[in-house]
Amino acid sequence: MTVVFTVTLAILAAAGLLTMLRLLRGPTTLDRITALDVLVVLIVCGGAVYVAINQDGSNIPLVAAVALIGFVGSATAARLVERGERHR
Amino acid sequence: MTVTDVVTAVLLLGGALSCLLGALGLVRFPDVPARLQAATKPQTLGLLLILVGTAIRLEFESAATLLLVVAFQIITAPVISQIVGRSAYRAGTMRRDDLVVDELADPMARSDLPGPARDDPSS
Repeated sequence: MTVVFTVTLAILAAAGLLTMLRLLRGPTTLDRITALDVLVVLIVCGGAVYVAINQDGSNIPLVAAVALIGFVGSATAARLVERGERHR
Repeated sequence: MTVTDVVTAVLLLGGALSCLLGALGLVRFPDVPARLQAATKPQTLGLLLILVGTAIRLEFESAATLLLVVAFQIITAPVISQIVGRSAYRAGTMRRDDLVVDELADPMARSDLPGPARDDPSS
């Protein structure tokens, strides 16, 4: 089973690298917000795989909290950008 | 490798591949709304598969909490894409040539909401 976990984490890491590419290259701020939101989902996936590896539910609140915070952050940032983006 | 191990392996790998496809789409797509498609749908599916694959291995209470996270992600992903998509539309960062139909143009023109439909897109 450890092979499965390492392969899963490797694929998630590759997805994280691709998201970093979009985060760095994104022309507008909205691309960066979307990329950060994807990064948060990847972190939640990584946390879930960690919970699967150890088979104990002690750090499930971590997974839930990161998912909640990711949403609030993205929504607030997107609202903030909406006003400022028009002048560029 | 018991049955639950095989099922967990399939779910975890499927979820990770779905996340990878989403990230790939995020890089390759031309403009913000297209990237939003890639950022929300496959990621949510990947998260769902991984969390279900994890929930199988745990006892019922923690599995229920994990499924709560899945439900939460399913609810919030559309909200985020709606907000970011609206900001993208109003900020004019969308490529107009790809648009087949632009339903938001008329209501924007009538209402006092500022939007690219009325002033020229600044992108």
